[in-house]
Amino acid sequence: MKKFILSAVAVLALAVSTFAQDNTYFTKTGHISFFSKSPLENIEAHNRQVTCMLNLNTGEIAFKVLIKSFEFEKALMQEHFNENYMHSEKFPKSTFDGKIVNLKDINFSKEGVYEAKVEGTLEIHGVKKEIKETGKIEVSKGKITTKSVFFVALKDYNIKNDKIENIAENIQITVDVKMEPYKR
Amino acid sequence: MNSWKTRYTFCLFILVFSIPFSGYSQGLLDELEKETEKDAPKREPVSATFKGTRLINGHSVEMPAKGELLFIISHRFGKLSTGFSELFGLDQATIRYGFEYSPTHWLNIGVGRSTYMKTYDGFIKARVLRQSKGKKPIPITMVLLAGSSIHSLKWQDTNRKNYFTSRMDYYYQIMIARKFTDRFSLQFMPSMVHKNLVTRANESNDIFSLGIGGRYKVSNRVAIMAEYHWLVPGQRLPFVNGLQPRSPLALGVDIETGGHIFQLQFTNAQAMFEKGFIAETTGNILKGDIHIGFNITRTFSFRKFEPKKRSKKG
Repeated sequence: MKKFILSAVAVLALAVSTFAQDNTYFTKTGHISFFSKSPLENIEAHNRQVTCMLNLNTGEIAFKVLIKSFEFEKALMQEHFNENYMHSEKFPKSTFDGKIVNLKDINFSKEGVYEAKVEGTLEIHGVKKEIKETGKIEVSKGKITTKSVFFVALKDYNIKNDKIENIAENIQITVDVKMEPYKR
Repeated sequence: MNSWKTRYTFCLFILVFSIPFSGYSQGLLDELEKETEKDAPKREPVSATFKGTRLINGHSVEMPAKGELLFIISHRFGKLSTGFSELFGLDQATIRYGFEYSPTHWLNIGVGRSTYMKTYDGFIKARVLRQSKGKKPIPITMVLLAGSSIHSLKWQDTNRKNYFTSRMDYYYQIMIARKFTDRFSLQFMPSMVHKNLVTRANESNDIFSLGIGGRYKVSNRVAIMAEYHWLVPGQRLPFVNGLQPRSPLALGVDIETGGHIFQLQFTNAQAMFEKGFIAETTGNILKGDIHIGFNITRTFSFRKFEPKKRSKKG
């Protein structure tokens, strides 16, 4: 009897542990871009080195972006972005730490596209702010892609917008991150 | 029932259940941080030691990014000491127009034309070291500069044989700079100017100077600049229109607005290329031989927008 309980516990533990492993998804090559539209010029930048982790069991989701990895059309834009706006020496990264709140509406084991509501803390330029946004979760071929488009107001994150260069007050952020099962 | 067996079962039970959940005791963001920290830290270049490719009169270690073209208009008014009849120098002006282009990220070439002695100039600038942080950091940026200038004035003495090479001068400079803080950068630049033709036989053709320059950023867009080329004493400096050359000093302000950099300055030098301002500055600051001037730099980008795609291996 003891032996049976023991082995049952062992099997259960093994199952739980593999289950837990399979249920974290991860990438280092996610894509986040932003777009600023203004009468003077449009500014666009891409970062394809976004790291992201998603826990399917708890719905926890975390992003990390290195500010210096954003690439611009013009080298000067990139320099100004890092030097004058984001102060990336002082604030090298931006993070999001949050949760999918409607986890029950998403079936990760079935292929398809699901609406996701996400809440959490977005940190940009050293300023943390609670945000609520919606996005899409696409389950396809063992991979999970999260997509979202939302706006960030510069003043919320203490980013000074001098009137000299026309930069939009609200910057459009596009998230497109494809994750694979995480192997610890 | 054996008590050690119960304890064993209990321990095992605790052990196996604690493994899969250990990951959740901390936030997912912490775990993400841990995972990304595994990547080896990269060497990262320090950018924007100075705002412009010129400190004031002379070059800085900065050069346009690959594929970018700079257009520079520089302007020096006359001497303040000329007084009211010349409106303190504003009636006179010398100008230099120049283009600078970087075919690759470490190399820069430029050409210019100055009203000062109707001079054409050209230079090559190569970066051999770039100040970097992270893995195997580099403390300084080092840039080599070599250039030549050709004046196109009419010959003063047409009775003698005048060679084309007599119009030519050369200059060489090593620039060593360090960005100490976000605000403060310093540059050290020894130079040599070679004049092919000097007026008198006892004058040296080679002129050596030790330069120092710096900037202090007072805000995101405004910086205070200073530049000085110390003519090494003991040289038989070639005279300019009968005057002894003096070491050029310049003080200025840089103002950056998007694709433009405005540089306003006060200097005793009038020329805006190396042979001119290092070897032929005669203005005496103490007597008010100060020129107000400005440089305007405009950047044009010809690079196609193709963000790097990272390899899947990552």
